[in-house]
Amino acid sequence: MSKQAQHWEKTRGLLFVTLAIWFVFSIGIFLFGAEMNESNFRPFGYPLTYWFTCQGSLGIFVILIFWFANRQEKIDEEFGFTEKEDD
Amino acid sequence: MIKGKFIDNLPKVYGIYTGGFLVFIILMAIAESAGMSAKLIGIFFVAFTVGIYALIGYLSRTLQLDAYYVAGRQVPTVFNGMATAADWMSGASFVAMAGGIYFKGYGYMALLVGWTGGYVLVASLLAPYLRKFGCYTVPDFIGTRYGGNLARVCAVIVLTVASFTYVTAQINATGTIASVALDIPFGIAVYVGLASILICSMLGGMRAVTWTQVAQYIVLIIAYLIPVFWISNKLGAGFFPHFMLADEVARIAELEQQFGFVKNSAADLKTVPKGLAGITKAHSAVNATPWAFISLAVCMMAGTASLPHVMMRYFTTPSVKSARRSVGWSLFFIFLLYSSAPMLATLSKLSLIDPNLATGIIGKSISEVQSIDWYQNWNQANLMFISDFNGNGTLELNEFFMGGKAVVLATPEIAGLPYVISGLVAAGGMAAAMSTADGLVLAIANALSHDLYYKIIDPKAETAKRLIVARVLLVIIGFAGATIAALEIQGILGSVIWAFDFAMSGLFFPLVLGVWWKRANAPGAVAGMLLGLISGTAYLVWVRNGGAGFWGVTQLTFGIVGSLVSLVSMVVVSLMTKAPDAATQKMVDEVRVPSGRTVLGKQH
Repeated sequence: MSKQAQHWEKTRGLLFVTLAIWFVFSIGIFLFGAEMNESNFRPFGYPLTYWFTCQGSLGIFVILIFWFANRQEKIDEEFGFTEKEDD
Repeated sequence: MIKGKFIDNLPKVYGIYTGGFLVFIILMAIAESAGMSAKLIGIFFVAFTVGIYALIGYLSRTLQLDAYYVAGRQVPTVFNGMATAADWMSGASFVAMAGGIYFKGYGYMALLVGWTGGYVLVASLLAPYLRKFGCYTVPDFIGTRYGGNLARVCAVIVLTVASFTYVTAQINATGTIASVALDIPFGIAVYVGLASILICSMLGGMRAVTWTQVAQYIVLIIAYLIPVFWISNKLGAGFFPHFMLADEVARIAELEQQFGFVKNSAADLKTVPKGLAGITKAHSAVNATPWAFISLAVCMMAGTASLPHVMMRYFTTPSVKSARRSVGWSLFFIFLLYSSAPMLATLSKLSLIDPNLATGIIGKSISEVQSIDWYQNWNQANLMFISDFNGNGTLELNEFFMGGKAVVLATPEIAGLPYVISGLVAAGGMAAAMSTADGLVLAIANALSHDLYYKIIDPKAETAKRLIVARVLLVIIGFAGATIAALEIQGILGSVIWAFDFAMSGLFFPLVLGVWWKRANAPGAVAGMLLGLISGTAYLVWVRNGGAGFWGVTQLTFGIVGSLVSLVSMVVVSLMTKAPDAATQKMVDEVRVPSGRTVLGKQH
């Protein structure tokens, strides 16, 4: 397999992992919104589903994008596809 | 201001600017205690901030193509994040979102999840690849990737429909705020708002818009956070509201139980002015079906990834890597405001409905509420209304009505904050609406001038002529937007949600598959864009005119239907027609590698 095909395969793998995490916190957990809100686990005292919609999911998305960017940079480095004129 | 030097000095320049703005707020506070009138404070706030943006717009004027279209591709990662956040957060986010959450609770929190989750799609599916492509506009990518003028024109059409729906709402918002703050009629205020939008973008294009957007972000985030923290501390709810409002949320649930949600009769509701609503849904309980929540969130996420004014911000970064990171920073800056909106809704609601608080009005006598100063002000502005439906002389929860905008605009006054804060909030709302309107007007004008005029009508046009055409179009589109905004067809939040659905219907799959599916070809993309947009629009018209709809898809989520049709038709037509030629396939391969030269040249 060519270098480029391998690079793309890894990139695609990372995409699937990223989208899976995204799916869980943007769609998956809200399938059980009513049940989750009754949970005894209450971050900062807020009902659980309410907390996810206010802060939880939003914060996870921020972290997820930075994590994704770091992983992708590692993959690009591994195959020598890093840009030269980076800031 | 020398350009290279300016970029190196950005933190210092904006640091001084932020300090200057804070000093200005303090000066206004001093002026208020010295007896300056509320009206004059409002005028000062709006005039001062808009004046600064205009100055930045003027200083960033340019005669170069890549500066005009993509800010010279040298906007640093973090600053681009700030500019994107301002570009993104519109009048709807700033003025209307907390109101939506205040009235509908959980059902509208889907907007928070959708408007942030979409950035994961932007970062992973599109932004880095489109940056590598090196295009000036979104249709530039579609046109080059799929080849042929037809695909390009279709992309321009979808882009224009979505962005234009969006921009009228933003010009409407600037008009509303300018008319309140400057005390002029709405019909004139709309054009005052337009003039300030055009000053920021006309001379410098993307470069001017970038640096004004950073300035606007700083104003709008300060204007949103100060009241939230101040009110929270004043109520004794907690020093850091985001982590400390659990008791308040629980108290609202308790009060809701105590009051109950009494349904008003249709005849009673007729007496309530149009656009005002009462609290009819629980605050923190799950009050929508999973599908209602998820479908709205999905539409907002896919729409985020398809709206051109956001995507084109990532064309301005120096590299692919910084485009990717910049998405993260954008979302971080957006998060600061979005995580505060539900807190503001909570504080606003509690201070109005809790009889134990001095500001609470539920349970007071009707005549007592009618004599409150702020009630009279906002009642006059047609944003508040009470009526004694059951005739017991006491205000009940179901007898109090408010406009969505009032939650953000009026809460500081209700909570008894000095007027300087209300002036600050007006300036923030103006910044939010202006920054988004700037980005959108520029997105449409650039698509028309670059893709329609230069690429199709007159490919031999010289730089100077292209830039003149771009500017003339900018003014025309601005005026068209303002004229329609003055008609006030749909509320701010409603038209913004529609814009997302339009963008998602026509552009989401053609963009994503353009990078991720090599086999996608021009006929497929054209079918996807046109059939997606047409079926989405048809569904909207059908439901608006009393159609029953299916799958629980409402007029706010019609993008689900549009994008499904788009996906199916794009895949089917692509597979039925010839695979793209070797050159196109090679181009896609190149886009997938971050290093090396962009696919399109620096100037094209």
